[in-house]
Amino acid sequence: MAHAPQAEVHDAAGHSHPGPAMYIKIGVVLFILTALEVGLYELAHRGGSIETILKPMLVPLLLILSAGKFALVAMYYMHLKQDSKLFSGLFVFPLIIAAVIIVSLIALFAYHYGFQRVIG
Amino acid sequence: MATSAVSHAPHAAVHVEKTGLWSWITTVDHKKIGILYGATAFAFFLIGGLEALLLRIQLGTAENTFLTPEAYNQLFTMHGTTMIFLAIMPLSAMFFNFFIPLMIGARDVAFPRLNAFSYWVFLFGGLFLNASFLFGAAPNGGWFGYANLTSKQYSPGLNIDFWVGGLQILGIASLAAAVNFFTTIVNMRAKGMKLMRMPMFVWMSFITQVLLLLAFPVITVALILLMFDRSFGSHFFVPASGGDPLLWQHLFWIFGHPEVYILILPAFGIVSEVLPVFSRKPLFGYAAMVFSGIFIAFLGFGVWSHHMFATGMGPIADTVFALSTMLIAIPTGVKIFNWLGTLAGGSLQMKTPLYFSLGFIAMFIIGGLSGVMHASPPADLQQTDSYFVVAHFHYVMFGGSIFALTAGAYYWWPKMFGRMLHEGLGKAHFWLMLIGFNLTFFPMHFVGLHGMPRRVYTYPEGLGFEIYNQIETAGSMILGFSFLIFLYNVFRTWRGPANAPADPWNGATLEWSLPSPPQEFNFAEEPEVHSRDPLWETKREHGGPLPEPKRVSGAGIHLPNPSYWPIVTALGIPTVFTGVLLLPQIGPWGIVAGVLLTFFGTFNWAFEKP
Amino acid sequence: MTHAAHALEHHTSTGLDNRKVAIWTFIGSECLFFASLISTYLVYKGRDTTGPTPDEILQIPLVTVGTALLLFSSLFVVLALNGAQRGNRKSLLTWLGLTILCGIFFISMQVYEFQHFMHEGLKLQTNLFGASFYTLTGFHGTHVTIGVIWLITVFITAIRGQLPPEKSLNLEMAALYWHFVDVVWIVIFPVVYLMK
Repeated sequence: MAHAPQAEVHDAAGHSHPGPAMYIKIGVVLFILTALEVGLYELAHRGGSIETILKPMLVPLLLILSAGKFALVAMYYMHLKQDSKLFSGLFVFPLIIAAVIIVSLIALFAYHYGFQRVIG
Repeated sequence: MATSAVSHAPHAAVHVEKTGLWSWITTVDHKKIGILYGATAFAFFLIGGLEALLLRIQLGTAENTFLTPEAYNQLFTMHGTTMIFLAIMPLSAMFFNFFIPLMIGARDVAFPRLNAFSYWVFLFGGLFLNASFLFGAAPNGGWFGYANLTSKQYSPGLNIDFWVGGLQILGIASLAAAVNFFTTIVNMRAKGMKLMRMPMFVWMSFITQVLLLLAFPVITVALILLMFDRSFGSHFFVPASGGDPLLWQHLFWIFGHPEVYILILPAFGIVSEVLPVFSRKPLFGYAAMVFSGIFIAFLGFGVWSHHMFATGMGPIADTVFALSTMLIAIPTGVKIFNWLGTLAGGSLQMKTPLYFSLGFIAMFIIGGLSGVMHASPPADLQQTDSYFVVAHFHYVMFGGSIFALTAGAYYWWPKMFGRMLHEGLGKAHFWLMLIGFNLTFFPMHFVGLHGMPRRVYTYPEGLGFEIYNQIETAGSMILGFSFLIFLYNVFRTWRGPANAPADPWNGATLEWSLPSPPQEFNFAEEPEVHSRDPLWETKREHGGPLPEPKRVSGAGIHLPNPSYWPIVTALGIPTVFTGVLLLPQIGPWGIVAGVLLTFFGTFNWAFEKP
Repeated sequence: MTHAAHALEHHTSTGLDNRKVAIWTFIGSECLFFASLISTYLVYKGRDTTGPTPDEILQIPLVTVGTALLLFSSLFVVLALNGAQRGNRKSLLTWLGLTILCGIFFISMQVYEFQHFMHEGLKLQTNLFGASFYTLTGFHGTHVTIGVIWLITVFITAIRGQLPPEKSLNLEMAALYWHFVDVVWIVIFPVVYLMK
């Protein structure tokens, strides 16, 4: 039984999901964000004044870009935006604990190693 | 017309036995799995207890030569590892398995075969760990396995490899069970059983599953790093290559601190069930009990470095962790006051479960007080690595968890086995256990502050440690003997008929509405719940005790079929880790065989007819 | 069967399928697994006593291709799921097949990368970077491999006509796991390769 392509589809639970067009749009954005990440990295190692400006901002910028990609995949591809909030909770809560652990360990070991540069 | 509770798919090719060894091997019934957990865990508890008695004999005399230092190290490591992973956790799992579905009005857990898988993996993990004794290579690095003592250089034998493998196997069992119980509690509650109407045991178990899910992956990684160092030559914990033994401590305690809440929260839940029933009044402050439990779990992830105050983390880290540790005493205190509030004004049934619960409260308060004393880094610098700490954790783990689990055993015994345990013997057990326990562990506070270090196989004469150790050793014998009374109680009542009433204690929760023991399908029809104490409410409406529930045929109730794929898949896991042990002899082929067996089992399990 | 007894079997307290709750629970747990590996990598960054170091050996172009592959595979699998839910067998098989191909290419890229690095003198035993790099990316790669096997299994059931819309949850579970594996790489890629 063939179906005409629809803008929205309903799954077994009756929730509506974005259609293929939306998914492809998100895919393009993800690709662009990745290109930006690599581009920023290249620029920050190109030397000269661009490098001096960009290098200290590289890590925060990369974190923001990758967080954006993370959120897009989670919200749209993993359907967290449309699905029950329980699933978002099941994902976000461990992520918070994970972030606390990563940041704590970095801080604890930075002190431990006398604040020598640990990242970058 | 079928008169038994057995139901089969109409075209079943194989007649499935409900008794006999095969029925236990292929069972997917949460009640049978619970009993498997309980029996296995109790056996390991006795082994761990024996290990403790041997330690106490050695320590009873200064400069004793009953045990060599190597034997002592193996015994104290195995005692700790056994009691935590093979006794307390699976004893809790016995109650999770048997009672969570009953208390929420469900027929079984969300994934019955996964449930069976968890049990078999646990059993194999326990056997794997203890098989080390056969090779004279039991783990000997402490239950906490600090690097880099555990490196190949300083621990060249197989001891630590057994430890790493055993814990990884057990971790898989715990994670699988946690996914299962979490889903069960979220998704399989009966009509009207809102979250804030669930029995407190279910709430505390629920929070425990969350802790398991978040903490076990961390120790899994720590063990992977250690295993890679030992078996594949990496340098994660090798100082000469820049590796840092402190990373092990952090990763271990990020797991280890939530682990102690995993050990105590189910105990809190059990006591919160027993006290209301035996005080004949509802639990005081239900909502506060729920939120304090949640707060303890969340904050429990923020205190781990209080195990590391002596490692030189610096004043900021010390202060942060000291504050968070002191903070966590608050919700714990709330719980204690709420238990006292439950008892106050109640009409107390002075029966064995209540005795053990009262013992729990008293012992846990003592353990909690010494714990708060550790929270101050300057004070802890005196207490750490001394017997003062040994006193603290035995008061909370034995005085806390074991007393509560014992209360649960006496309370729920009739429901599980259809027999009441003898009251007089129960009380004798209690008094001997209380006296023996305190004689064993109370002096440790003093000898610890007098300077006796922990984790040592002997001590010199003339330091004044002898008298304390002699009392402790005598106490441990009394403590051990108290369990013989329990065993006698079990055997004696087992010989009688299984005719205990459904509701011997005038209980409040749904499990007491079913026959003792319940039929395989639990509830013939889904119960509907309107309050936190559904059975008290029903009895109130009925105007008195309910008639004994009749056993029904259960015809037409569909139950999941038994299956042997869980145990087959489970066998793949210890095979992998045996392969790791045998890497020098047979290369990767043991690991490969284990992986293939796991995949083989998984595929057949996935495509089996339900 | 009485209505109440029947009801006991199918309804859930949240209205959500048990298996979907379970896979999200598992994914939440896995976050902590990778967080611990990433923490180890970050704690040991720059603390090697001997080379090779990341900037000497990591190759951005190859890995960028791999990153793109994984991102596209997430797109493809969600298109496959869309097809499954609409009962469009052709769409399901095409997109799912492409997903699997992307996954296989990603693993191949990693295998090539590992072999190349070992040839260049970076082994697990060489230094802290070797240890933490291979462990972190190796376990990620293992997760990808398991994902590919899972997707292939679902693909085979789809070919056999055993994946109608009512059973699309089987694909959805594999897809969620696959997205998670992609999302972990979204973190690993900048942290390991771009923040040198």
